[in-house]
Amino acid sequence: MKSYGKYIVEVENLTKKFGDFVAVDNISFNVKKGEIFGFLGANGAGKTTAMKMLTGLLSPSSGNAIVAGWDVEKNPEKVKLNIGYMSQKFSLYDDLRVSENIRLYAGIYKIPGKEIKIKINTLLEELGMQDLRKKLVGDLPLGWKQKLAFAVAMVHDPPVVFLDEPTSGVDPITRRQFWEMIYKASADGTTLFVTTHYLDEAEYCTRTSIMVDGEIKALDTPENLKQQFEVDNMQDVFVKLARGL
Amino acid sequence: MRTILYILQKEFIQISRNRLMVGVLFIMPFFQLIILGYAASFEVKNLNVYIIDMDKSSFSRDLISKFSASPYFNIKNSSDNHQKGFEDLEKGVADLVMEIPNNFEKDLVNGQKTNVYLSIDAVNGVKAGLGNAYANMIVKDFSSDIITKKTGQTISLPIGITWSNWYNNLMVYSTFMVPGILVLLVTMVAVFLTAINIVREKEIGTIEQLNVTPIKKHQFIIGKLFPFLLIAFFELSIGLVIAKLVFNLHYEGSLILVYSFTLVYLFAVLGIGLFISTITYTQQQAMFIAWFMFVIFILMSGLFTPIESMPVWAQRLTWFNPIKYFIEFMRMVLLKGSTFPDVKNHFIIIAIYGVVLNTLAVWNYRKVSE
Repeated sequence: MKSYGKYIVEVENLTKKFGDFVAVDNISFNVKKGEIFGFLGANGAGKTTAMKMLTGLLSPSSGNAIVAGWDVEKNPEKVKLNIGYMSQKFSLYDDLRVSENIRLYAGIYKIPGKEIKIKINTLLEELGMQDLRKKLVGDLPLGWKQKLAFAVAMVHDPPVVFLDEPTSGVDPITRRQFWEMIYKASADGTTLFVTTHYLDEAEYCTRTSIMVDGEIKALDTPENLKQQFEVDNMQDVFVKLARGL
Repeated sequence: MRTILYILQKEFIQISRNRLMVGVLFIMPFFQLIILGYAASFEVKNLNVYIIDMDKSSFSRDLISKFSASPYFNIKNSSDNHQKGFEDLEKGVADLVMEIPNNFEKDLVNGQKTNVYLSIDAVNGVKAGLGNAYANMIVKDFSSDIITKKTGQTISLPIGITWSNWYNNLMVYSTFMVPGILVLLVTMVAVFLTAINIVREKEIGTIEQLNVTPIKKHQFIIGKLFPFLLIAFFELSIGLVIAKLVFNLHYEGSLILVYSFTLVYLFAVLGIGLFISTITYTQQQAMFIAWFMFVIFILMSGLFTPIESMPVWAQRLTWFNPIKYFIEFMRMVLLKGSTFPDVKNHFIIIAIYGVVLNTLAVWNYRKVSE
């Protein structure tokens, strides 16, 4: 693993254009090691596009991004080895069993065969899904699917994990459990990069950025942001920013 | 290498869980071979004839009885009414109308030349051509009978033809068709299933999770193509067994040669499937493009119509048709017993085809989008 300094994600003037449309406009920010970094924005603000560039799924039009010590444009495969990613759209295999999905990704990340078995057991235990190991993923309720997707994204213990709207569409109880998983991962030293629609979730983040029309309009701890905008919750911060006040 | 094994494991589990697909894979060879092998035939029998007999003489009756004795013709009706005859032709009741003119017998007895008139429904060109040829044979035969009667001695035309049919001496149609149908079977599995399988991952989004892992392009591609290579070989094997047991096909050539060529061929056509998957985003698009190509490939393959009878420009087009080479190869090796030196060019051409297509497909396959 390559060593990196204080920042595990360093973004400098990152831009993505699709024809004339600028989806991500010259953004720069850094994410500290071990942070829970909230990445907020309205629909179409450019969050997913930015995240796809950071995970090596999409090549940037210009600018730089260093993730886990590797340049996303020059060494996308090295980046991929060191990150976990959970897509906005559920993307595990519905026609594979719970354990088969974990085994597949553990295998792709080159975890040795013996360790894979242990890994499957510990993951299922942590998720409380021991009884569901033989169930087809397609038969699980959405909340369980999302938790499983998070666990699979972390199967190789990456230093940084990207979660794209992990809690959209799940019930409040599962949402809470999900954030408990995020806190636990953070306590274990993993950096988490989370996009969300739910502004109450922004309060749980170490630091939060807010994107409007492809640009980052604000970036600080939730406390400081509320002070700066003279409001008492993140919802109002967001509304003020989105309306351009 | 280990990564490929995990992908293969996943693919095989998924294929085996797809009950419909497993069913189709088992049933398809039986259906295609048995139905097409028996049903598809160019032989024309039982053509319906309407005879307009204006002469009503013993000569005209002799000619008519010659037609009714032939297995190729069915006398549907006869009268001396033109209009009725042509009505039947228009309605499709008769395929062919033969008119025997007035004074048919008188002219023949007087040693004068006379004609019978044939009108043939040529909507189906093959049927019309064969009907014409058969009718000609019968009339010629009848002519020589008349000369015999008049001169009192049996004469025959100066040049006769005796023949033997090589490689398919009983002219069994299925012997000719079955090797070609085997080719279609193998090609369908390789092109359609591969293209759809890969595009499906794009369509439902699972490919994104794979693309964000350090999996290599070649690992993914080999993992995706290998299962269908095996399935195609499986289909070929079932097909060869059916051909032997049901159609009594004698394999003149070496089966090792057949399997080796199939390997090279599959490399090429799996490349087509992969290429289609790289240019499409949904299973529907992939299916449409695969069908479009497949229909042209089949019609230009020499399976149904001989390539030699196509116009020159069309013959040139068939140079790019992998199915044509495989059908030619199968007919040569299975029916004629051709050996490697005879089919060396087929190997070379298909190998080049495979390298070009796979290079194109791999180059076009993107883990990172633009």
